[in-house]
Amino acid sequence: MPTTLTINGNDQTIDLPDDVPLLWVLRDEVGLTGTKFGCGVAACGACTVHIDGEAVRSCQVALADVWGEVTTIEGLGTPDNMATIQQAWVDHQVAQCGYCQSGQIMNAAALLAQTPNPTDQDIDDAMQGNLCRCGTYPRIRAAIKDAAQRIQEA
Amino acid sequence: MASIGKIARRTFLVGIAAIAGGAAFGVYMVRKDAPNPLVAGDGEATLNPYILINQDGVTIIAPRAEMGQGVHTTLAALVAEELDVAWDDITVLHGPPAQAYYNQALLGLALPFHHYADSDFQHNLRKNVGMVGKLLNLQVTGGSTSIKDAYDRMRHAGASAREALKLAAANQLGVDAATLRTENSKVIAPDGTEVAYTDLAMAVRDITPPDVDLRAKSTWKYLGKSMPRTDMVAKSTGTAHYAADTKLDALKYATIRMNPRRSGMISYDDSAARDMAGVEAIVDLGDGIGVVASNTWLAMQAAEAVEIEWEPASYPADTEGLLAATRAAFDLEPNSTTRDDGDVTATVEGTEITAEYVVPYLAHATMEPMNATALYTGDALEVWSGNQAPVIVRDKCAEAVGLDPEQVTLHTTMLGGGFGRRGEYDFSVPAAKIAAALPGTPIRMTWSREEDMRHDFYRPAAMAQFRGVVRDGKAQLVDGKIAAQSVTHNSSMRLVGQVPPGPDRGHVEGAADQPYSIPNFRITGHLADLTVPLGFWRSVGNSHNGFFFDTFIDEMAHAAGTDPLQFRLDMARAEHAPSAGVIEAVGEMSNWGSDKPANIGRGIGFTYSFGTPTAEVVEVEDTGNGIRINKCWIACDVGTALDPSIIEAQMVSGAVYGFSAAMQGEVTFSDGAAEQYNFYDYDALRMHNTPAFEVRILETNPHMGGVGEPGTPPAASALGNALFDLTGTRARELPLIKTFDLIL
Repeated sequence: MPTTLTINGNDQTIDLPDDVPLLWVLRDEVGLTGTKFGCGVAACGACTVHIDGEAVRSCQVALADVWGEVTTIEGLGTPDNMATIQQAWVDHQVAQCGYCQSGQIMNAAALLAQTPNPTDQDIDDAMQGNLCRCGTYPRIRAAIKDAAQRIQEA
Repeated sequence: MASIGKIARRTFLVGIAAIAGGAAFGVYMVRKDAPNPLVAGDGEATLNPYILINQDGVTIIAPRAEMGQGVHTTLAALVAEELDVAWDDITVLHGPPAQAYYNQALLGLALPFHHYADSDFQHNLRKNVGMVGKLLNLQVTGGSTSIKDAYDRMRHAGASAREALKLAAANQLGVDAATLRTENSKVIAPDGTEVAYTDLAMAVRDITPPDVDLRAKSTWKYLGKSMPRTDMVAKSTGTAHYAADTKLDALKYATIRMNPRRSGMISYDDSAARDMAGVEAIVDLGDGIGVVASNTWLAMQAAEAVEIEWEPASYPADTEGLLAATRAAFDLEPNSTTRDDGDVTATVEGTEITAEYVVPYLAHATMEPMNATALYTGDALEVWSGNQAPVIVRDKCAEAVGLDPEQVTLHTTMLGGGFGRRGEYDFSVPAAKIAAALPGTPIRMTWSREEDMRHDFYRPAAMAQFRGVVRDGKAQLVDGKIAAQSVTHNSSMRLVGQVPPGPDRGHVEGAADQPYSIPNFRITGHLADLTVPLGFWRSVGNSHNGFFFDTFIDEMAHAAGTDPLQFRLDMARAEHAPSAGVIEAVGEMSNWGSDKPANIGRGIGFTYSFGTPTAEVVEVEDTGNGIRINKCWIACDVGTALDPSIIEAQMVSGAVYGFSAAMQGEVTFSDGAAEQYNFYDYDALRMHNTPAFEVRILETNPHMGGVGEPGTPPAASALGNALFDLTGTRARELPLIKTFDLIL
């Protein structure tokens, strides 16, 4: 039976088995390829999206279990209209290969929504589920702090 | 935005807006006999392989793959510096597989001289030997060579294009070209009249680009500055195109299963899998199976349900057997003795120490699992692949489906991490084979993480035996033997079908070629007779030899009673000033030798690799709840620093990669298969255990060095040396988690 999801503000009807993970619904069915597959077992964070504002690993959420509105990296901002946190990522020249960065940004955005002025410990705790094999962590940390400041000043 | 599709010799569709009316430029005398792969479509013109100008702006065609190292940005800056193009106007595309894009700098690495000691003559010889790369179609991104290779070529392309544009504008304005200047993508006349490059695209087609001198470094506007990366906005918005993001009409999704013992398939039973949800086809690949479905996850579920009987491995089935075979190589005649100074067989007075080291197999574990997309239509094959060797990938895909290379179009996308893994063709060929089984149906094939981890081309396990003599606080003798299976031989057989002659320099790099003056100094390389699939892992031989050699140097310093930094400095000063310079610099940065609490340890590591001497100081802290790395200082000398922000990022990245492996990286084998499956059993540094970094970039080196790899080799030894300083325990085996209580 088709399932209806709200993704980046749009309703989408999905005709796939109930147990297909949200990650693969987004990538293969909806065509939102900004959300990445890294491990399939919630060990890397590359597939992080928001459900009702909460950061979740979309590889672990079955289609039938999606409990709210889904936001992906494409819904956070676009190249011509980036979210503050994305602009901070650009200003700090964070990305290298870039493959993990959608997940890093989505996770960081959820952190700042909950903790507007995170300490280093807050950042460690919130971000340690997101793996980056290029080792961009120092710039991610700097970008999160910078974005926090900009959001508070805005 | 330009599309390479309209300008490539064969149909080369990228799927973004087409150009109408453009000119591609570039002339470089040495390469004039390599055909330009870019050709004009209707209303277009092309003069050379690197630059395209049309009404939308300037497109720079990059000969190398962007895998995170920032190379597209710096390659674009080389052209832009001479072309006077506004930075925001630039688009970068990866070029098609073509001889014109051969890597001249890569083969030069194989010459039998210690790289750091190159005279100008030897430096030029490396370039000339590298010309063979053209004959071999060696379009490869690797060996930290991309910028070295492009430094002159792509600046010349920009300069000659600029002069051609001035000639075209001179014709149009009826003035002498010598009176014209260029700025911000425009030609400007003395009276202030401006002609945009985009408006000269058609007129310039008939002009032969003149050869012209390159601008002096003192006048550079882009080079030497930290430029905004050309891929940064796309990578911050989820819009960068990796191969697994390829969108085609009526796309189907596939995955594969291959033999984890790395040999053939005896039989399979797909009766359970065939009826599973979404499954559309199961393809016999000969040495494995491919499953095609309506969704990648459904394909993966079905692939797991296929019962497969695999052939046994051709190598010893477990780690113990593999290490025994590696150790046995110590007793074989050396393959190389590329360092043999003085006489290590003579009796040398002093204190003698010996040590034996061992390091494990390692996986690349790129963030993006192996994947490729392919469409076969009977007389043509189109492949989208994030790869480091386009010509080889194209040719192997053609062979696999029975087509000629000319019938294959290869799109090299962004790479979600490379580190050497994507120099292979094993992830592109199965996509082509599955596509060939379903003509007309585009196939996007993605491996599971488990398939990726267990089918890597690994960094080999390696061992070393060292003997040293110290006297009067200095090294008198170093005699080292290195044993491992040969990456060079294993990969050369696979990629080009033959083993290169002569000593395997990659096997001993990081030890035999270190810039130290030691009166009696010998390194021999011993090749283990094994068939484990091996590949180029970030910094290759330096990754293990840097640890072996530099750790032993540290042990010698302690035996000599000399400060470890001073001990290295004394040996480097007499041999290679830039190496001494980075050792001094990192000492100054880290306040080396200053007082510290008992729960803090510091260690130095140094390796000269890929033309760049790199020194790292690591500070570790015993928190009482495990040991963590607090800080890492890095000093490197790249000769000419073209983009400081990118160089800094690469040094940090290389060190993080090295720390990750040194602390916990290990691939083990049982029953012929790798025992690691995913990031839960092959993890890396994360936000909470990554140290703070400080990087200093020096520019005294007379020749340009690479930056993608040199940060990796000194990381393991610097960390091990710091842990020795903290605990008094010397770890001679990696990963370090076996010896120390590290915070993971």
